[in-house]
Amino acid sequence: MNIDDFIKKVENEIDEITPGVLKPDTNFRDIAEWSSMHALILIALIDADYNVTITGEDLRNSKTMNDLFNIVKSRVS
Amino acid sequence: MATFSLSHVKLSGIAACVPKKNESNLDYDWISEPERQLLIKTTGIENRRIAERGTTSADFCFAAAQNLLKELNWNAADVEILVFVSQSPDYFLPASAVILQDKLGLPKTTLAFDINLGCSGYVYGLSMIASMMSNTKIKKGLLLVGDVSSISLNKRDKSTYPLFGDAGTATALEYDEQAARMDFNLQSDGSGYNAIIIPDGGSRQKLEDASYKEEEVEKGIIRSRANLKLDGLEVFNFSLREVAPNINALLQYNSTTIDDYDHFVFHQGNKLMNESIRKKLKLDPAKVPYSLKEYGNTSSASIPVTIVSQLSEQVKSKKNKMIFSGFGVGLSWGSVALSTEHLICPPVIEI
Repeated sequence: MNIDDFIKKVENEIDEITPGVLKPDTNFRDIAEWSSMHALILIALIDADYNVTITGEDLRNSKTMNDLFNIVKSRVS
Repeated sequence: MATFSLSHVKLSGIAACVPKKNESNLDYDWISEPERQLLIKTTGIENRRIAERGTTSADFCFAAAQNLLKELNWNAADVEILVFVSQSPDYFLPASAVILQDKLGLPKTTLAFDINLGCSGYVYGLSMIASMMSNTKIKKGLLLVGDVSSISLNKRDKSTYPLFGDAGTATALEYDEQAARMDFNLQSDGSGYNAIIIPDGGSRQKLEDASYKEEEVEKGIIRSRANLKLDGLEVFNFSLREVAPNINALLQYNSTTIDDYDHFVFHQGNKLMNESIRKKLKLDPAKVPYSLKEYGNTSSASIPVTIVSQLSEQVKSKKNKMIFSGFGVGLSWGSVALSTEHLICPPVIEI
């Protein structure tokens, strides 16, 4: 798995993001009007595609796409 | 593991009653227009029915039960068990089921009691009433399930207010030696009790002035300790983690496969959550009905509301094998596999 694929998947799921705008060091809370709905979409995507559970605490402890990606990577079995 | 089977009891009919008053999430102006659109798209919830103050879960269940008794052509005097499932009963005490026994004109020989469960309540309620009827050979029973959640919500809490709708339902059951078996798998995890909770108003913390003090928990979320609190991410992860394995264990227990069933009726929490569960189980979308768009999350009533509003033609006209699955507050969850044939299923009524 690599971060470019991860970012592409996120861009595909969240309509408010213009493809190509998201970078590894982007703070995902800067996405459009970040809301808890986006958190649910991210959790569902990561669960479906990587079979990894992301908690509310994980999200609170992450800032950038890279932070999030590293959590997923560390938990992929 | 609480997997078990019950025999000799069948479902005869299901009815539902909702408030006349509709609220649309398109008009929910506590949040911005883009946030509203995203909320509707993600949760699938567009409209919710909201009870007038003073009209309770028991009132909606009463109207649904009266309608169902009439459609079934049942004599109220023949019903000998009444189970009421709700987390919004009329009083701390007495139990609403007992009041409903009298209001519906059921005889004093009726056994009646309440069950305090929410999202999982319909499946738990079915297991309780079917178990008692199977053992006692009581001929006719009513399972009344419903909630008025709106009474506990804060309009300035975007994490709860736009999700819940009010409804009451009635399900009629009959003792029948020929009835197909019902198979259950019921589970609990009280470590998550805090994920969905009304903190004040019970015996642990009685209502006092401070209970009504509103606080801004985060942007867009203002509530008091007398209001319902919902940790959406926690509940979402719980549902992703537990529901599919619970259903798979049920299928293993009764030696059936997904393909043996005509419909899978899930508790209606939110669309993204249910779709994620549907995909995990690899279910055909045509077999998974939704009532979220019209009625929102109707708590304990969500499964019967979905059957009555979305599946009535199918359940009336033919034999169906179905799985119902409820999951949420408690945390409590469970599923049942059962068959129905020519159910009496009148359209949703309004009061």
